[in-house]
Amino acid sequence: MTDPVLSVRDLRIRFRSGGRETQVVHGVDFDIRGGETLALVGESGSGKSVTSFALMRLLPEAPRCTIEGSVSMGGVNLLELSERRMAQVRGPRIAMIFQEPLTSLNPVHRVGDQIAEAIRFHRKMSKADIRARVIELLTLVGIPDPARRMHAYPGEMSGGMRQRVVIAMALALEPDLLIADEPTTALDVTVQAQILELLRQIQRATNMAMLFITHDFGVVAEIAERVMVMYAGRIVEQGSLADVLSNPRMPYTRGLLASVPRFEDAGLKTGPLGTIEGFVPSPDNLPAGCSFHPRCPHARPGICDGALPELAAHGAGAHLVRCARSDEPAFGAEPAEVS
Amino acid sequence: MIRFLTHRTLQGIVLILIVSMIGFTVINLAPGGPLSQYAMTPGMSQQDLDRIAHQMGLDRPIPVQYLDWLVNMVSGDWGKSYRDQSPVLDVVWRHMWATLLLMGTSTAIAVALGTLIGVLGALKRYSVFDYMATVGAMIALSIPTFWFGLVAIFFFSLELGWLPAGNMYTVGDQSFSDYAIHLIMPSIVLALVNVAIWSRYMRASTLDVMDQDYVRTARAKGLPRWRIVSAHIVRNALIPMITLAGLQLPTIIGGALVTETVFTWPGLGRLFIDSLGYNDYPVIMGLLMFSAILTVIGNFLADIGVALADPRIRLG
Repeated sequence: MTDPVLSVRDLRIRFRSGGRETQVVHGVDFDIRGGETLALVGESGSGKSVTSFALMRLLPEAPRCTIEGSVSMGGVNLLELSERRMAQVRGPRIAMIFQEPLTSLNPVHRVGDQIAEAIRFHRKMSKADIRARVIELLTLVGIPDPARRMHAYPGEMSGGMRQRVVIAMALALEPDLLIADEPTTALDVTVQAQILELLRQIQRATNMAMLFITHDFGVVAEIAERVMVMYAGRIVEQGSLADVLSNPRMPYTRGLLASVPRFEDAGLKTGPLGTIEGFVPSPDNLPAGCSFHPRCPHARPGICDGALPELAAHGAGAHLVRCARSDEPAFGAEPAEVS
Repeated sequence: MIRFLTHRTLQGIVLILIVSMIGFTVINLAPGGPLSQYAMTPGMSQQDLDRIAHQMGLDRPIPVQYLDWLVNMVSGDWGKSYRDQSPVLDVVWRHMWATLLLMGTSTAIAVALGTLIGVLGALKRYSVFDYMATVGAMIALSIPTFWFGLVAIFFFSLELGWLPAGNMYTVGDQSFSDYAIHLIMPSIVLALVNVAIWSRYMRASTLDVMDQDYVRTARAKGLPRWRIVSAHIVRNALIPMITLAGLQLPTIIGGALVTETVFTWPGLGRLFIDSLGYNDYPVIMGLLMFSAILTVIGNFLADIGVALADPRIRLG
């Protein structure tokens, strides 16, 4: 196997506000390899976005936010780089696309200029070459008439088109890793499918690694090879797409899967939609033991509310589960189905 | 754009008309009047006064006087000063450039310094600098201009003797450096409040922009910090400031009033005060019209400026 493009070890993130410190990410480990898509799944507040922002060091600076652990890329711990060196990593090494296509472009600059800007500060290229590259990128992301559209302002484009511009911007320097933070959440379903298809095509062509953050298992099944489920700042289940979707061992993953709306094959008949009772606990006030046990239908006193379960291998492969009961034979009679 | 321009021009004309009507009425309702100057002349009889009133057209009903004034004003004749019979437009014109020099210098100082302090304060929020700027602005806003002017004159003119205490130039020496040295104190005194106002607005606007998603996108592109600050933070934070600048244009008259009096600066502010004292109605009306026209032009320029700076407005 090739070396990972990015290795995250024991990533811990704390925010400080008004003299109080809150830890929102508690020791996250993962690797991403070239050409691979790793999906990071979880509810709002699970720490998935914060984790992705930490990789690019886009969180507020210390003392407001402390990031510990290591984020290594090519043997360098990004967390130890100066802000200036980090700026050289952003763009050519790691790029990011965001959840809100309507607000993530500056409304007062032409979209072509905003893409050109991403190139200009990293590569010594002539104006004409940059212009040609911008047109090439806009063509790549499927914007019609790019030579004209590059002069448009973001306000003159639809959400889907703007997200394509953001993607063009992120791809401008052919990054080793693309972080996509819910890039399709704010878009129409049809546009969502187009954007996913676009990302997949580009990835095939460039062997770029992708960290795809989402709360939508439908999207995960479309795009990811490996899946990581996050809850209350910890990874609770991790494995191949097949492992996690066909054989989820953590009750939280099952709950998420059950809450994906699905049409049955025949006659559009649907069963009742599953829900997970309650809310993600506040990071200030995590329950003892397994963070999920107060909401877990399988929780047992004495087992689940004692010690925090380890993220342990389930079966022979690379399927990791953080659940004290996952190896009990009777636990979870039948796995959730995957559409 | 053409439709917008005609629309705003018509709106402006209506506004100026209304201001002129109210102004004319209020001035004529005030006790005293231009004749009270003549009444104090020894040996002046009621007959003489009536004759003067008739000559000046003051014996006609006020609406008639107003219409007469309006027709003349539109055709470029703003009347004659009661004080020295010179045409009002000439009087205003003579005093205007003194005010423009003072306001221009002081506004340039205020905008440059205010923007700088505001942006730095926002970028280094809650730093020692930011706290000092906040407290400094509060102090600057609370100090009365006349008091600060007098204290400045006391120290820099009387005690230290570095700067002249007033006037725009030394009689007989009208060199550039002479103007410049006379300009220093009044323009700084006048700028003080505006630096405070401008820096507070700029700080708030900058903080607002810094939280925007597109600033995060700019960081994610790996742009150098100076580029993020200039092209994505300050560039956007200045847009609301254009409106503020437009609103400040008419304060050319009102804003310099106190400063011009303290520093005996021969500008529009002092002209206004003097004309009030003399019941010089044509000049007062002229200044009122001038200020109304500046208000309209200021808003107009601000709208155009915002449209130029912000494609959302231009294309929306």
